[in-house]
Amino acid sequence: MQLFPCPFCGPRDETEFHYGGDAGNARPDGGDVPIDRWAGYLYLRSNPKGAAREIWVHMNCGEFFVMERDTLTHTVLSSAELGGEHAA
Amino acid sequence: MTASRLATGGSAIDRSRPLRFSFDGTSVDGFSGDTIASALLAGDVAVVGRSFKYHRPRGIWGAGVEEPNALVDIGGASPNTRATTEPAREGLVAKSVNATPNALSDRNAFLDRFSRFIPAAFYYKTFMWPDWHMFEPRIRAMAGLGKVDTDWTSQGTSDQINHHCDVLVVGAGPAGLAAAGLAAGAGLSVTLVDDQRKPGGSLGHRASEIDGRPAALWIEETLAALVGGGHLILPSTTAFGIYDHNLVGLNQRHFDGRPDTLWRVRPRRIVLATGAIERPLPFASNDLPGILSADAALCYLRHHAVLAGRRIVVATNNDSAYEVAEAVADAGAEVTLVDIRRDGMPDAKVRTIKGRALASAAGKLRVEGVTLDDGTRLDADCVLVSGGWTPTIHLFGQARGKLAWSEARAAFLPGDPVECISVAGAAAGAVSLSDVFAGAERAVASLGQAKVAAPRSTGPETTAGIVAAWPVPGSKGRVWIDYQNDVTVKDVELAARENFVSVEHLKRYTTLGMATDQGKTSNLPGLALMAGITGRTVPEVGTTTYRPPFTPVPLASVAGARVGELMAPVRRLPLENVHRASGAVFQEYGGWLRPAHYGGRGADADRAIQDEALRARQSVALFDGSTLGKIEVIGTKAAEFVDFLYYNTMSTLKPGRCRYGFMLSENGVVFDDGVLVRLDEHRFVVSCSSSHVAAVHARLEEWRQDRFGRNAVYIHNATSEMATLTVSGPNARKLLETVGFGLSLDDASLPHMAIGRGVYAGDEVRIARVSFTGDRSYEISIRADRAEPLWAHLRQAGQKFDAVLIGLEALMILRAEKGFIVIGKDTDGTTLPHDLGSEGPRAKRQTEYVGRRSLFTEEASRGDRLQLVGLTVPRGEAPLPTGAHGIKRRDGRLYSQGFVTSSYQSPTLGQPIALGLIERGAARHGETIEIQHLGKHRSATIAAPCAYDPAGGRLNA
Repeated sequence: MQLFPCPFCGPRDETEFHYGGDAGNARPDGGDVPIDRWAGYLYLRSNPKGAAREIWVHMNCGEFFVMERDTLTHTVLSSAELGGEHAA
Repeated sequence: MTASRLATGGSAIDRSRPLRFSFDGTSVDGFSGDTIASALLAGDVAVVGRSFKYHRPRGIWGAGVEEPNALVDIGGASPNTRATTEPAREGLVAKSVNATPNALSDRNAFLDRFSRFIPAAFYYKTFMWPDWHMFEPRIRAMAGLGKVDTDWTSQGTSDQINHHCDVLVVGAGPAGLAAAGLAAGAGLSVTLVDDQRKPGGSLGHRASEIDGRPAALWIEETLAALVGGGHLILPSTTAFGIYDHNLVGLNQRHFDGRPDTLWRVRPRRIVLATGAIERPLPFASNDLPGILSADAALCYLRHHAVLAGRRIVVATNNDSAYEVAEAVADAGAEVTLVDIRRDGMPDAKVRTIKGRALASAAGKLRVEGVTLDDGTRLDADCVLVSGGWTPTIHLFGQARGKLAWSEARAAFLPGDPVECISVAGAAAGAVSLSDVFAGAERAVASLGQAKVAAPRSTGPETTAGIVAAWPVPGSKGRVWIDYQNDVTVKDVELAARENFVSVEHLKRYTTLGMATDQGKTSNLPGLALMAGITGRTVPEVGTTTYRPPFTPVPLASVAGARVGELMAPVRRLPLENVHRASGAVFQEYGGWLRPAHYGGRGADADRAIQDEALRARQSVALFDGSTLGKIEVIGTKAAEFVDFLYYNTMSTLKPGRCRYGFMLSENGVVFDDGVLVRLDEHRFVVSCSSSHVAAVHARLEEWRQDRFGRNAVYIHNATSEMATLTVSGPNARKLLETVGFGLSLDDASLPHMAIGRGVYAGDEVRIARVSFTGDRSYEISIRADRAEPLWAHLRQAGQKFDAVLIGLEALMILRAEKGFIVIGKDTDGTTLPHDLGSEGPRAKRQTEYVGRRSLFTEEASRGDRLQLVGLTVPRGEAPLPTGAHGIKRRDGRLYSQGFVTSSYQSPTLGQPIALGLIERGAARHGETIEIQHLGKHRSATIAAPCAYDPAGGRLNA
């Protein structure tokens, strides 16, 4: 079991967290978004080997945040609260 | 008699406390402090089990966790208990495993004579035709180890403890004790664990002197200092695994009837002082009972005063066995030492033969003699062997530590350092006590300056002097590599011939290194042999992956308290006990424990449900709807927020009003439905489905934080704060008026889809006129802790109206009569809102909402989508089975055209009703289609979803 750093609660057990998706997967608004763009938003994930920026949610406090993580070594590189209007 | 108990000595046993237990039906005497193995050895019980495959007689090999042979069934949850680690106790009943009727005379022993026809993996080749599964049960019954007692249930639950410390020291031998003492001396918090009952490790049986005094004194003082300093010492505790971020799992045994305790330790630094395990030597029939690890024999001698034989041959390829040979000779045995090496150590104080190896052992049920490689025969009733030492680096390997091959030690040692982990003592390849202490100092040096002096070895020093003696290809006779899995040199040769040369393939093909001992004595000889066969070096062959657990861990430890009701706890209603008193039969619905119906158990349940549904339509029904979601959305952007979250436009809703709507997923699929209440300009209540509260709340939070900003909107899940009591039926308003809530209930003041605020017994209540039954309904929400008097008042007032308590099953009938859907039951993971007849927002909305773009894809616009319909069958027929498919025939083949999603007998209509998702269903009302279920065919007519009161007159009746 790993420890993940919640930006609000500090290091907590991984079982308290849920994965929320790639960070920076900005939502395209509108009924006329090109279908490929929309499909990319919905389904295409980068699945990198190595450093990855991801959205996680700490279920205990309910806060979503950005965590940088190495998908190979499971090292946590950083964690920060969401930036503002959109997570970028 | 050959093996025997000496008249004096034995540091672990208490001769004033004798005990007696049974093994395979025979009684065995021992003393308090004995293990099952030491008592069996003292009683000269040579055969303690039968081997996995060939049913060969096997005896005790070791004195610790590495034991491959001496597995016993002592009942309970551990059918393969190692006799070498299990304390003997009065009255214990132990049985050998894989032996019928007992280990000494096993009726499957004949299998050994056929052994050359059943080598590794024989069953893959022999039992191919017609089908392996035909043979599997009988083969499985003849092979294997202990049997699980399926009737056994745990006594109590295992504790699970989370623990933090600066330094976790694994192993309380000389290295671990020294490291723990130094770390504590540097002001760090220390936890010391050891899998033995008494700390000390090799100091307990090997000759040593520390700081000019007996080692036992140093052990005592070191432990006392640790305890005095408030440090934690856990004997009988195995560190079985290292996980991500250096989480260490410990399993602690208690021996007082309590289940084991699981510890999750997060230390800042880990010191692995896990020692080393002695290997066997390769010679024919090296598995005979009476052939033991030399170091184990010394353990039994020193700890339990048990001498393993009278005429003992000690065979070795290294220096460590010399001490053993002299010790057993001093204890009265006639000893011959056979050393594979020509020079090195001076001769032992016993008859010593140098430059010779054992070629074979002879005997049937126990060893009777050995033959050397020059043909010399020696009589023996016991053979003690030392094939060298394998450092216990399992935990280091689990932490992804790389191993480095040491030719000088003939073993893998820890290679590149792993962050936060040090290895010390024999596990790091140290042999002499001076080296062990030096390594312990290095292991904790980086942690700070100790204010205590490091211990010094002042006694005799052990040397290694090992010359590798690996099994070699082409060996004569049957040379056993893995005792527990019956793997011989020939099996490894066979694997190599068939090209299973990778160490991982070798393991799976021959089962070398599997089962309870995980190859602690056999892995290295096995892969060294594979290296020899394939002309590679040992490091080129490499090791299999080290994985937890190091030794078997009871599932009860891992489960902890998560058993029975606590496995997946249900959510409970505030009025649960009141409902129980009313005869409610409870069931779990979407994680909530709710009344299914009141009264009527078993066969009578259906009648009770039908009765509830019928009476609900006749007068008035009371229903506990407390599980309905009550998630508040508050803030200046709340209206904009709910507009985005809902498929339907919600910002046009007036304060005090309610609106039904869908929430979609981004792929357009209907995720939840429910009523949104607007309490005032900037305050809404999302009344989502009971089982979706957590998921909807998470979704609202995600969009709030990600899109709207932390301070634009606030979300508060108030679901469990309030109970919701529903009054539904033609007499609902009359009933409420007799209770009185201080607000006007007439239809002008509180019309359908409006909300009013009242007061009951001093508490504010919200009364929402929303209906899931199709009848006039009021949902009254009140503080959960004040709901009981209101419920009692409603029931008492209801007597005049013949009010009926209804459970969820009757409610399901009522809502289905009206064609009201349950998301996830009447919809699936492809259902879009327009499939359910809600076309408006899709056609007209100009503003953005979750899932919008997905409603305009090619797939979403297909003409043959499954659409919500009602399905009717003739009066008198049974209801359609839920899940039955509507089918169509084309070219003589059957195709599905949708399925039944909900189906009930309607007591009010006196006939079955059903909902379904049927291809192009909305345009096919009146058409009769074929329904198939489990091979049976019926027909049903497509209709509008609403089967009862389609005009909705009853809402205001």
